[in-house]
Amino acid sequence: MEKRVYFKGWFLPALLIVPQLAITAIFFFYPAGTAIWWSLFNPDPFGLSTKFVGFANFDFLFSDPYYKESFYTTAIFSVLVTFFSMGLALFLAVLADRLIKGAGIYQTLLIWPYAVAPAIAGILWLFLFDTRTGLISWYLGLLGYDWNHLLNHNEAMGLVVAVSTWSRVSYNFLFFLAGLQAIPSTIIEAAAIDGARFWKRFWTIVFPLLSPMTFFLVVMNVVYAFFDTFGIIHTITKGGPGQSTTILVYKVYSDGFVGLDLGSSAAQSVILLIIVGILTILQFKFVEKKVHY
Amino acid sequence: MNKIIRNLVGTIMALCLFTGTVAAATEIHWWHAFKGRLGTLLAEQVDQFNAAQSEYIVVQNRKGNYSETLNAGIAAFRAKKHPHILMVFEVGTATMMAAKGAIKPMYEVMSEAGAKFNPDGFIGPVKGYYTTTTGEMLSMPYNSSTPVLWVNRDAFKKAGLNPDMDLSTWQKVGVALDKLKSSGNKCPLTTAWQSWVHLENMSAYHNIAFATKENGFAGMDTELVFNGPVQIKHIQAMGNWAKEGKFIYAGRRNEGGKAFRAGECALYTESSAGYAGIKKNAKFDFEIRHLPYWEGVKGAPQNTIIGGSSLWVLSGHSSKEYKGVAAFLSFLSSTVIQAAWHQNTGYLPVTLVASQKTKESGFYDSNPGTDIAGIQMTRKSPTSVSKGLRLGSFDQIRGMIDEELESVWSGKKTAKSALDDAVKRGNVLLRRFESSNR
Repeated sequence: MEKRVYFKGWFLPALLIVPQLAITAIFFFYPAGTAIWWSLFNPDPFGLSTKFVGFANFDFLFSDPYYKESFYTTAIFSVLVTFFSMGLALFLAVLADRLIKGAGIYQTLLIWPYAVAPAIAGILWLFLFDTRTGLISWYLGLLGYDWNHLLNHNEAMGLVVAVSTWSRVSYNFLFFLAGLQAIPSTIIEAAAIDGARFWKRFWTIVFPLLSPMTFFLVVMNVVYAFFDTFGIIHTITKGGPGQSTTILVYKVYSDGFVGLDLGSSAAQSVILLIIVGILTILQFKFVEKKVHY
Repeated sequence: MNKIIRNLVGTIMALCLFTGTVAAATEIHWWHAFKGRLGTLLAEQVDQFNAAQSEYIVVQNRKGNYSETLNAGIAAFRAKKHPHILMVFEVGTATMMAAKGAIKPMYEVMSEAGAKFNPDGFIGPVKGYYTTTTGEMLSMPYNSSTPVLWVNRDAFKKAGLNPDMDLSTWQKVGVALDKLKSSGNKCPLTTAWQSWVHLENMSAYHNIAFATKENGFAGMDTELVFNGPVQIKHIQAMGNWAKEGKFIYAGRRNEGGKAFRAGECALYTESSAGYAGIKKNAKFDFEIRHLPYWEGVKGAPQNTIIGGSSLWVLSGHSSKEYKGVAAFLSFLSSTVIQAAWHQNTGYLPVTLVASQKTKESGFYDSNPGTDIAGIQMTRKSPTSVSKGLRLGSFDQIRGMIDEELESVWSGKKTAKSALDDAVKRGNVLLRRFESSNR
């Protein structure tokens, strides 16, 4: 029999969840509500006159081919970041899991990049890839390759994906490692005795057992690629060249904070809100069914 | 015990007296966008003002780059915590002019305080930029510059070119670029502020419109028209040079300056205000030349237009504080300050007397080329399309122009299609600005 602990009455449980609810309301519902409200107006920057425009801000956005392109850019960017950061992290975690000596040091070192703020990460990588003074771009120049992410769209995208991946690997690594260590060694040993080799054991036992963790990380990494990569993009490419690295959240910033177009910026945040909502629902509805807990 | 109390009372009274004297001086807050050498010079002006009188204390604060400063000022205004004086770059002029309830026009501040102020003392192109069509000066010109051509004479010599060669037209610059490239120079030409130099100024310099309605001065229903044949020709030429490795693109702001100051680039189109940094860091023989023009375009060279910033007074403060603002602004426009600012930074002398005084002091003889910017701006009186730009959402439009120009430099688009697209995208924003400010 499962033993359940529960509260009698409603007062104490209500009291206990009030702080969480208050935080959610103040820091999530209130700003989101404000964004939805402002998306229906076209205010001047100083807030002196605000005109109700209904859905005109959304019409304005969807008639802009560059906004549509930004969706495409965001999709490519987040798929690449999620795939590479999780793939690399899983690979490293599997290796770390088999370590016997020096595991502590190896794991600690791998966690370090996570402590680096995105904007700093961007600057650090610029030391390597700056078109003029970067160390790696200099060596590439010696090999006859002219690295120029200021004008080359693919190089710009590649660079921001690489930096975003690098600063995310640690986080994923930690979760994968924890997931691997939670798999009972008896199962794996039994399979080994039955003659299953490493890769066979990995794909048929370890990977399926890791699936709850993988699923969780996919959700977290997509959200990361959507929002937290802002600092990296801002320091390295500022959305350029052209709009080749302008992901949706960067456009919210540049329209709202540089262009002072608060109506359009608010409408874009609402669209982002809806996209992330839909993605999360889809993931829970379809992917979660395939996950073994 | 009594002694302790007595001491305590004494201390408290002394403290009250002390804070009393501090509170007596009215604080004037000024938000700006300067750092480095310019920031130091700005702080010196403030210190000088504070030391010269005891009634007001000016407190200066840097709020980031130009865009960030404007944005900080606007956010603060919405929260009713805004400074008295806000530095706004020339691009934000239309935004500020449209914000009638948020600003206190400078002529009003000055006349209410009875401060000494003569708008006609400013040079025409600078005054015109910040003055309404009815002749009211709305903000105080602070730093104004205009693009010039910077030449690395050593790089010319190394390429076997005569550093004194004529570089007055783009045709001649083209010949020099060929030679520089074939002699192995890695960066024959680079630029700062591509839209400002190669579209906005380039249009005024050839006396062709950037936008209709006198570039926006005559009404908010203005439309961009910088996709004409002359602009297309210029951008296409630059695009070809980029493809051939003769024009090296370094970034949207003044990132190219690093490479020029390090001696890597032979030619650099940048604001005359690059002077402070180039003079300090360049370990080569450099020279300032007039911005080149295309020979054969009728009316060229006309005059170039300004970039830089002006100081806007924000509304909602007390009349006593505005008196202090007026005192500070007239201090800033005084000849001594203006002349020193011009000579130290390479910004234009914005008042006529400051320019006169600089000339008399012999500064131009000992620093050849520093008068080029002033001459280039004032040698012809401005026409309806060469007096400046007044376009709403212009920071954002510049961003779009940057994006489109990048696609020309990378060879993804032709000059014509990129400029057509930039015009189309920019016009959408102009209509939006018009509708939100009607």
